[in-house]
Amino acid sequence: MSEALGFLTMGLYFGGTLLFLVFLLHRSESLARVAVFVAGVGFFVHTVALGMTLVSTGHFPIMSFQYAMSFFAWGLVLVFLVVVLRRGLQVLGAFILPLAFLSLVSATLAPAEANVIAPVFQAVWIHVMLSILGTIGFAVAFVAGLMYLIQERLLKSKQFTGLFLKLPPLDFLDTLNQRSILFGFPLLTLGILTGAVSAQLTIGSYLSWNPEQVWALITWVFYFVVLMGRVTAGWRAKRAAYLTVVGFAGVILTFVGILMKSPQPMVH
Amino acid sequence: MNIIVLGLNHRTAPVELRELLAIPDSRIGEALARLMMYPGIKEAMYLGTCNRVEVYAVVEKGDVGFRHLEDFLVDTHFSLSSEDLLPHLYRYSDDEAIAHLFRVSASLDSMVVGEPQILGQVKEAYELALTHRSSGVILNKIVKKAISVGKSVRTKTRIGEYAVSVSYAAVELAKKVFSNLRQRVVLLVGAGEMGKLAAQHLVNQGVKDVFITTRNYHRAQSLAERFKGKAVPYEQLHSTLPKADIVICATGAPHFVISKEDIESAVHQRMNRPIFLIDITVPRNIDPAVKDVDNAFVFDIDDLKAHVGHNQDERLKEAKTAEKMVKEEVESMVAWVRGLEATPTIVALRKKAENIKNVELEKAFHRLGDVSEKDRIAIEGLASAIVNKLLHGPLVTLKTEAQSQNGFAFIEAARRFFELRECDFHSLQSQSIEHDMGQKVSEESLPQKDGQ
Repeated sequence: MSEALGFLTMGLYFGGTLLFLVFLLHRSESLARVAVFVAGVGFFVHTVALGMTLVSTGHFPIMSFQYAMSFFAWGLVLVFLVVVLRRGLQVLGAFILPLAFLSLVSATLAPAEANVIAPVFQAVWIHVMLSILGTIGFAVAFVAGLMYLIQERLLKSKQFTGLFLKLPPLDFLDTLNQRSILFGFPLLTLGILTGAVSAQLTIGSYLSWNPEQVWALITWVFYFVVLMGRVTAGWRAKRAAYLTVVGFAGVILTFVGILMKSPQPMVH
Repeated sequence: MNIIVLGLNHRTAPVELRELLAIPDSRIGEALARLMMYPGIKEAMYLGTCNRVEVYAVVEKGDVGFRHLEDFLVDTHFSLSSEDLLPHLYRYSDDEAIAHLFRVSASLDSMVVGEPQILGQVKEAYELALTHRSSGVILNKIVKKAISVGKSVRTKTRIGEYAVSVSYAAVELAKKVFSNLRQRVVLLVGAGEMGKLAAQHLVNQGVKDVFITTRNYHRAQSLAERFKGKAVPYEQLHSTLPKADIVICATGAPHFVISKEDIESAVHQRMNRPIFLIDITVPRNIDPAVKDVDNAFVFDIDDLKAHVGHNQDERLKEAKTAEKMVKEEVESMVAWVRGLEATPTIVALRKKAENIKNVELEKAFHRLGDVSEKDRIAIEGLASAIVNKLLHGPLVTLKTEAQSQNGFAFIEAARRFFELRECDFHSLQSQSIEHDMGQKVSEESLPQKDGQ
């Protein structure tokens, strides 16, 4: 049942993605409203699916790669819906929904047998949860950075049509970028710390230099430098946007690292 | 009864002629009184703006009415003759007159489609007609509806959303860099006309601070007073640059006043906070190479014009949606007007009474069960007698009063008392309004003109 709902969610996010992409090309407010509605229905179905899994398994559904990606997508769409309700920024959907959809797809493409986290240490879910929330922050920063770079290019090349009219002002995107990193960074820090502690408790070593851990550390250092650069050296606006777009590659490589770590039980 | 409009606008008449026909507000009362003196004119409204002069009237007979309105317009100015005036006039009656008023009010007939002033001007014209008692049941309803159509076109379409003046385009572009102009600081360099206009638009948006610098410090001071800003000596231009979020350059100097290096250093001092520059003069005062500086956005007059041109296209697109809205409203208004004729009202009233009688009789017979033929005839006779006697008075009054001066008030009252709705008249309509209004807008040519 929840698997069917999972596919339904995926279908709705895909539909929403297509609608938003058409919205990018055509100027139609009603199309954007339909797209937001489809995303909203998708989010509702997604929530029900997650809720059913929670009830049937008795713990929060993030303890496998599939579930973690699903939760990640859920959080992203939640952020999008909140922004749309508060700021009416529908165009954000054209960037966030594809990301949510691709997360769900990557979850189904990943080898199924490898991704169940061995329940060697129950509290490891705290580590997973914090890391995912941190990643959501970085994903939103990535989207804001991408939108910034597009809008900046449109302004510089003086193309005052289509997408230019839909994208929000540059300083709004820069602020969104900054706040998302400020939200994501402490959570990722705690995620890494709890991961290290649970690794110590399960396999007796804080750090085993596997690709996941290495990329997580590189990502952490990178965002730390980005944050510090903003405060001390004025790395804002275009540079901040550029750096967060690049930095998200580190986040994606961390996820690849998690996948590569299989087939051993997934301890962090 | 006909609703007619006679007038001329920016497309049909030159400004010299429109000027002659303008009547100042103080003399409108007199003019409307003169208008109402013509026989057969029941209601009238005069709409005069810088782009149009129109007289709306409810008259007994259309052709006679048009002739009276022509005489009225010719008489507004001693130097006018009907030969001068007639070739420039347009005439619409009934459905087309209503459609015309709705389009005017929705700013679809304006020189700059979507401009906001016309709605207020229609309101004023209506209030003057009310004050001078030249408006009655029909114009009240139609003009009020025209105003509400105009409002809903403004709120439901984006017809007024796009800047179509070059100086305002600067504000619109600035809003793509800064979400809140209230926290922003403007620096005006030079005292060129366009620069002042752009600065005025920004001040109207409530910017935090305005610095003004010109080669002539006294001039800067007087401008500072006007914009409630601060005058800065011209020598301090470069040290002021980093403080400004928005720079408007309009000096009239034949060389660059702001160089790429100036902006590089300003952006550096601003810790990469974006700076937005408008170069509104020809020849240009800001080195175009500034566009290569990260976080500096420079636009010249051609860029602003391109933006305006694009906006005009967008407005015309929105105008199509607006035309559809107007058309729907015109249809329901026409149905209402048709119902104001005495005959359809009487027919509708009879039909309604007949329906009620039949329904009630059926119910009664159903409840009574077996009724002899004789009783049935008696009961039906009773019902018919009551209905006919009750209706006799109102129908006679309607027939006689419909011809009187305030006949429409009686018809309107009858329709309200007996709850006759517009839909009751739809079946009686013989004509439908076929008025392809979409075409009109595409013919509209928009001038490249500053200010709205």
